Amino acid sequence: MALLQIAEPGLSTAPHERRLAVGIDLGTTNSLIATVRSGAAAVLPDARGRPLLPSIVRYLADGRVEVGYAAEARQSEDPKNTIVSAKRYMGRALKDVAHAEHAPYDFVDAPGMLQIRTVAGVKSPVEVSAEILKVLHARAEASLGDKLADAVITVPAYFDDAQRQATKDAGRLAGLNVLRLLNEPTAAAIAYGLDNAAEGTYAVYDLGGGTFDISILKLSKGVFEVVATSGDSALGGDDFDHRVFCWVAEEAKLAPLCAGDMRLLLVKSREAKESLTTHSEARITAKLSTGEFVDLVLDSETFCRITHHLVQKTLAPMRKALRDAQLGVDDVKGVVMVGGSTRMPQIQHAVGEFFRRDPLNNLDPDKVVALGAAMQADVLAGNKPAGEDWLLLDVIPLSLGIETMGGLAEKIIPRNSTIPVARAQEFTTFKDGQTGMSFHVVQGERELVSDCRSLARFELKGIPPMAAGAGRVRVMFQVDADGLLSVAAEERTTNAQASVTVKPSYGLGDTDIERMLRDSFEHAKDDMHARARHEARVDAQRLLEAVRTALNADGALLSAAEREEIERQAAALAAVAGSNEHRAIRQASEALNRATEEFAGRRMDAGVRRALAGRKIASLDL
Amino acid sequence: MKNHFELFGLTPAFALEIESLERSYREIQSQIHPDRYAQAGDAERRASMQWTTRVNQAYRTLKSPVQRARYLLEMNGVDVEFETNTQMPTDFLIKQLELREALDAAKQPEALDRLQAEVRAQKALLEQGIARLVDAQKDYAAAAGEVRKLMFLDKLDAEIDLAYEEAH
Ligand SMILES: Nc1ncnc2c1ncn2[C@@H]1O[C@H](COP(=O)(O)OP(=O)(O)O)[C@@H](O)[C@H]1O
Ligand SMILES: [Mg+2]
Repeated sequence: MALLQIAEPGLSTAPHERRLAVGIDLGTTNSLIATVRSGAAAVLPDARGRPLLPSIVRYLADGRVEVGYAAEARQSEDPKNTIVSAKRYMGRALKDVAHAEHAPYDFVDAPGMLQIRTVAGVKSPVEVSAEILKVLHARAEASLGDKLADAVITVPAYFDDAQRQATKDAGRLAGLNVLRLLNEPTAAAIAYGLDNAAEGTYAVYDLGGGTFDISILKLSKGVFEVVATSGDSALGGDDFDHRVFCWVAEEAKLAPLCAGDMRLLLVKSREAKESLTTHSEARITAKLSTGEFVDLVLDSETFCRITHHLVQKTLAPMRKALRDAQLGVDDVKGVVMVGGSTRMPQIQHAVGEFFRRDPLNNLDPDKVVALGAAMQADVLAGNKPAGEDWLLLDVIPLSLGIETMGGLAEKIIPRNSTIPVARAQEFTTFKDGQTGMSFHVVQGERELVSDCRSLARFELKGIPPMAAGAGRVRVMFQVDADGLLSVAAEERTTNAQASVTVKPSYGLGDTDIERMLRDSFEHAKDDMHARARHEARVDAQRLLEAVRTALNADGALLSAAEREEIERQAAALAAVAGSNEHRAIRQASEALNRATEEFAGRRMDAGVRRALAGRKIASLDL
Repeated sequence: MKNHFELFGLTPAFALEIESLERSYREIQSQIHPDRYAQAGDAERRASMQWTTRVNQAYRTLKSPVQRARYLLEMNGVDVEFETNTQMPTDFLIKQLELREALDAAKQPEALDRLQAEVRAQKALLEQGIARLVDAQKDYAAAAGEVRKLMFLDKLDAEIDLAYEEAH
């Protein structure tokens, strides 16, 4: 016993205050916020007790913004300024959006990501999402009675780099410290797995309003390992609504509709769809602005027929995920159903038939993602003692590559690689005296670059002139724990005289984000500075605490002189940390970070050794 | 820097107890994974990402028989030369051609199932041979030839996977 104690990971930290941390499910249709309080995760409702926040944002001419139920109530009246399903537009250009012509908005196409013209000005989907996050942020602060900063935000597992980056930017814009982007099905698996002490291979089938994910996970005590994920980031309940809408338009022989009528009929279509989950027919009635009346009855048989291909569309990703995981349907112990659209009987039936077992419906499909995110936030905040926490191993959903000759995509990091992951590839110059090389980074499974998502283009300049083939450039892809990519290129022949690092930005650079931040503080210019000061102070406190913890745990890895230097820099930061000089705070923080670099590396090395030593002792003991 | 085997406390060998590798991998990840350092300073977060990345790469390499074999041969100064050395025994090539023809003809998932099972059985046989050549006989040059065959079959296996998508 005592031996095992010694072998235990030495993560014991000085007792610290519990950190407030929340999990946010930023959904296409509905958003939720949850947190862990006295050991249990719970969704935080609004002042009227409602847990869901409809992901709808209405911009008013006077600068006010309505979010949620208030905006929902006005959507057919003010369709152009009431943005629904903004998530469908995250990180997307106009050409990437299906049925854009049926959306009532005044789209502005912009490089990387489309924007929407409203009475309150042109808005990016990132800003729209940030409005939703701000409301949830305020809700949490009101019900937890404290300033909140740390959040885990969920994203569909099948989101690409552009969509992930856009989500993270929205979090930043809403004043949140985004601890991590977490895949929605993974969050659901955490909530399900912990609640049911599940062990073995599970599938999570998540069909929401606008996205579809399927993830295969291996659950064992203390480890959640995603083995494969697949999906369709543009398939969800909205498409079923759209099918009903088209059916109505055809049956009632309607002429092209104005934006308001279109919204109205889409709302009616969705109501009919939801009612068909529990009824065999649904009546659709509407009075259009043209004076026309719509009065139709849709039966469930017709509904199943007109949406059959959508249900079928979810099967191919399921097959693909299983094959990628090298598993058969019989290896899957249970299928966890997530998302409002999994309530539809034809979905339940199709999934049951595919996996040859009844799907698991014992969790609230609306809340499970937010609850799992809250649990993960609690772990990331360091609120769980070692031994009660868990390890989460997730993957990248789509391959990353580079364009080569002839418009072909060469894969550098294959899909379903466990993150964080990095891979390097070497390219050689192909012309005599070539001094630059340009690169096109893409994401997707298809062979042709034109069928993949373009993430970034960049050029490495300053290669010394050499004979063709003599210049070698190494391109390095790094995907972090959020699934976000950065790319570095470096000339290798001479002593790395030329190098460049890019983070794909999709039209939103840091300056855009700053402008949006400024805009949102338009009415109180001081707020901006107050926020910068506050953030610098919070970050400094966090850093000081982390360094303190590290010194307590692993101080033995340092010589007296090294420790003294770190202590000196920590003291220097502590001296300014409470001040209003946010530049001085940042500088001192950077200095402390530099001073601890070597120490950080040694701690990882020690961690690895500890892990192996623990293994040896544990197996001796057995 | 430690080699991939040392990183996981293993003796370099082709025959590998996957469960043991998996256990070490998880133990190590629970010490260094970025989720453990979400609240740390930049230096530690960076170090954690770099180390985890390295551990993930080593794990991926060791878990895959082809990659593990290539890595072991490289450690012993032998390059598999998959891209450049196209010399293959005739009987192997004929067998490959037959399998490819079978793949072209297979339109039903059931036919693909059968084909994939056969390819995987052949892979398992090759792996046994490689284990003998590398671990017991230390005949790395001969092993390289077998690894090239294994890579051929791996490619075919991946193509069968792709064919399933068209079969549906
Ligand atoms: N009873 C129901 N029957 C059919 N569809 C439903 C039902 N309840 C909700 N939905 C659909 O579920 C979708 C919203 O699911 P949700 O999980 O909240 O989505 P998201 O995560 O995308 O916000 C909508 O398309 C909605 O119409
Ligand atoms: Mg959802």
